[in-house]
Amino acid sequence: MELTQICDLAVIGGGPAGMAAALEAYQSGVEKIVIIERDKELGGILNQCIHNGFGLHYFKEELTGPEYAQRFSDQIPGTTIQAMTDTMVLDISPDKTIHLVNTKNGYQQLKAKAIVLAMGCRERTRGAIGIPGERPSGVFTAGTAQRYLNMEGYLVGKRAVILGSGDIGLIMARRLSLEGAKVLACVELMPYSNGLNRNVVQCLNDFEIPLYLSHTITRITGTPRVESVTISKVDEKRNPIPGTEITFQCDTVLLSVGLIPENELSKTAGIALDPRTRGPVVFENMETSVEGIFACGNTVHVHDLVDFVTAESQRAGRYTAAYIQGQSPSPNAFLPVTAGSMVNYTVPQKIHLPASAPVEIFFRVAMPMKDKKIVVTASGTGEKLMEFKRLHLAPGEMEHITIPTSALEKVPDGIEIAIV
Amino acid sequence: MYDAIIIGAGVVGCSVAAYLSRYEMNLAVLERENDVAMGSTRANSAIVHAGYDPLPGTLMAKYNVRGSMLYPQLCKKLSVPYQQIGSLVLAFSPQEDQVVRDLYDRGVKNGVPGLQILTKEQALAKEPNLSEQITSALYAPTGAIVSPWEFAIAMAENANQNGTAFFFDHPVTGIEKIEGGYRITAGGDTFESRIVINAAGTHADQVNDMVAPHTFSILPNKGQYYVLDKNQSDVVHSVIFQCPSKVGKGVLVSPTVHGNLIVGPDAVDVASPDDCSTDREGLQFVVNQAMRSTSKFQLREAIRNFAGVRAHSDQDDFIIGPVEGFPGFFNLAGIKSPGLTSAPAIGEDMIRILKENGFSFSPKDQVVETRDVVVFHNLDHQQRAEMVKKNPLYGRVICRCETITEGEIVDALHRPLPPHTIDGIKRRCGCGLGRCQGGFCGPRVQEIIARELGIPYMAVEKDKTGSYIILAETKQGGVK
Amino acid sequence: MKELICIVCPRGCHLSVDDTAPEITVTGNACPRGAAYGKKEVTAPARVVTSTVRISGAAHRRLPVKTRGEIPKGMMAEAVKLLDEVTVEAPVKVGDVILPNILGTGIDFVASRTMDKT
Repeated sequence: MELTQICDLAVIGGGPAGMAAALEAYQSGVEKIVIIERDKELGGILNQCIHNGFGLHYFKEELTGPEYAQRFSDQIPGTTIQAMTDTMVLDISPDKTIHLVNTKNGYQQLKAKAIVLAMGCRERTRGAIGIPGERPSGVFTAGTAQRYLNMEGYLVGKRAVILGSGDIGLIMARRLSLEGAKVLACVELMPYSNGLNRNVVQCLNDFEIPLYLSHTITRITGTPRVESVTISKVDEKRNPIPGTEITFQCDTVLLSVGLIPENELSKTAGIALDPRTRGPVVFENMETSVEGIFACGNTVHVHDLVDFVTAESQRAGRYTAAYIQGQSPSPNAFLPVTAGSMVNYTVPQKIHLPASAPVEIFFRVAMPMKDKKIVVTASGTGEKLMEFKRLHLAPGEMEHITIPTSALEKVPDGIEIAIV
Repeated sequence: MYDAIIIGAGVVGCSVAAYLSRYEMNLAVLERENDVAMGSTRANSAIVHAGYDPLPGTLMAKYNVRGSMLYPQLCKKLSVPYQQIGSLVLAFSPQEDQVVRDLYDRGVKNGVPGLQILTKEQALAKEPNLSEQITSALYAPTGAIVSPWEFAIAMAENANQNGTAFFFDHPVTGIEKIEGGYRITAGGDTFESRIVINAAGTHADQVNDMVAPHTFSILPNKGQYYVLDKNQSDVVHSVIFQCPSKVGKGVLVSPTVHGNLIVGPDAVDVASPDDCSTDREGLQFVVNQAMRSTSKFQLREAIRNFAGVRAHSDQDDFIIGPVEGFPGFFNLAGIKSPGLTSAPAIGEDMIRILKENGFSFSPKDQVVETRDVVVFHNLDHQQRAEMVKKNPLYGRVICRCETITEGEIVDALHRPLPPHTIDGIKRRCGCGLGRCQGGFCGPRVQEIIARELGIPYMAVEKDKTGSYIILAETKQGGVK
Repeated sequence: MKELICIVCPRGCHLSVDDTAPEITVTGNACPRGAAYGKKEVTAPARVVTSTVRISGAAHRRLPVKTRGEIPKGMMAEAVKLLDEVTVEAPVKVGDVILPNILGTGIDFVASRTMDKT
């Protein structure tokens, strides 16, 4: 049996990032493209995000997650892109050989000229944040509960408390309420919500669900199923304050406590990861530290809008095509981009030199702020290169700025992005 | 009438069942929970101790050293993950240097092979991530790590294949002395047996007191742990103990056979033998203590915390043997650490204990001694290709964190004593053990369980009986 | 006086809407879009509602649906309840009407995705 197949481009992950990258590479002239998707259909997590609010930037209209996904998956049959669904990638070697397995063709190796990593992200769990208490059933990550509810048609519970005010948690508060469950509280550790304002209004306020800011769950009780949760107010160091406990009788706890880029495969290929994003360190063309392996979407950094995932992935698709066609910058000359005061991370972390086009830099700020400036300085000298005014900044909303090539020519040691 | 009924399907009960099932005996195991290994067996440090801790001459010393010798062969025959990675006991002061020397002497007396006292430099050469504050260490090459629940399950499956009946969801509520044996009430059924073996773990005193006078009390003692992700597993390469104190063996840091790092436990007396809850203070204590051994692990890579209850008793040693005035009633109680290590040795010795008390049985002509389990991610490329060709279900990965295939899950559902819960599958295959804690694979495993066992999707439980995952179906209005 | 958080842009202005006088006034808004939002929100709040319906003959057990346009906020729960009685048969195309004229609003529930027959 022939174990090894050959292709120009292998895209790992058939969600919005993978589909956009593959389609854009195809538009740019790459022919033999394979998308490898572990689920039975393309679309990724969008298939379970049945709420609306997707596509305002990219399509200039409000779509649901499945509609947004379908706008891309519908384009694939007219191309030479091959979608390999129900297929799992086991590992990737630095020479761009992909080991994969499925029920149809068994165990295979796929040798690619270039790879785009588009594996998305995973949810932080109870174990990651160490919520104390008993270990009953009825504790779910919000995304798992979303899959049960929206795709399988099952309610995971009838009385729920939600920990974390990230968007998935907020969206699930509304979905559970609309399907007849009672959401007793949404509990947020920070003094502000991590979700979009519109979601706080439309998902909590519309259903009169109280939001407890600066609170956390300090105990889960119940055997064999959740019977109650106790929440406590936290101090500035986020430690629970004794005596502030409130107990809710409930059968379900949903966790919306953060997303982590999925990069186990990146590690098998020896790709350098950024400890802050927990995704690959990328250049402005979305190439990782391993030549010919690119990355985009939530596998690089967690986005709040899929529209931005699409834009980033299209960029990755174009540059991957350029790489396959032999037009790639040298990895040796580059400028590092560093995160300064009040900036948690930047993407990209490196810019190839000489810069051939204006560079968009994406980042998140450390806390909500009003009336501030984003300042770009030259590393080393501290010379201010550019500044951008912002009336409003929040960690829940990804920021981005565009730096022209002219500004990049005169900074030998790199640039730093900070909020002042 | 049964020849023997074992109460409790923990690692002790299952080990006894596995060894006794090699004899011409009519055997049954009664378990109050819905699966094997549901008590202390599934929530402990997962260590096969070398045997230098217990005082010479105790039952603990005898069974520990013998158990440690039995594990490698048993695990090989029964396909249970086991790695002899050695262990270190760290000293941090001249007083603790003396403790290390005492442990060495004790170990030599107990017959532990290969013990060595290491200088600080030798210990650091072996484990470079250890604290600079250490002063010496005891090295035991036979210290090992094991998957405790898989070991108990393997012993139970083996016992079952050799004819032992298992009754789950059968909590024993009454034991009565009758002519020639005992009558046991459990889960609404009545059982009669010539011999009763009490291996009820943290509930062993309650079971004893159902028929015999109160002679010991279980004093449940809880320990809490953290499990860290695989990227932390090479912080240390052997089991790292601190010097033992009165309350236990102290906080350890160790790789696990599943490729994670385990940190814990503390030791706190609790009122309930079923109190497996964790708390902030206990978990914080565990981290602070572990940091004395090594500060190189990253707590932000935690994937789980849990607590287990030790079956401490008010006696200094294991309570093993007949109960005076109650012929045929045997206690295997107070099996605290090194209970996991001792379990197979206690099981092996049981036939002798029975014989000494007037119950003799002849060996069976033929018994099953091995168990084969396919672990897809342990196969090389060629073997993987062949496996998928044989059964395409090995080509569908269900658990992406641990790379567990549908084929392995289906295998587990068709082995002896098949599980019917998500956690039952987790204990047998490993899916859900990883960093996503079953968030991704849970609904898929649920579907496979429902399909293979022919039960409704909503009836699939997570863990203990009644631990339902789904509480309602949506859009039921149009359905009768 | 009603207190609202404006959802027109991420800034999230805290609006005070006075609906006691015949002419509704909005304060706290940073831009005219905020004033318009405030007025609509106190007079005729409306939402797009998304949910699912049973589907038979498809690879999935549920088909996602949405209201094609906003319906009055107060009708959300009742609208979703209507879906309880609906079972659709695969194949379904994205945009197919699943339940027309929800509660007399003139707005339909439509399929949010295509599902083929299996």
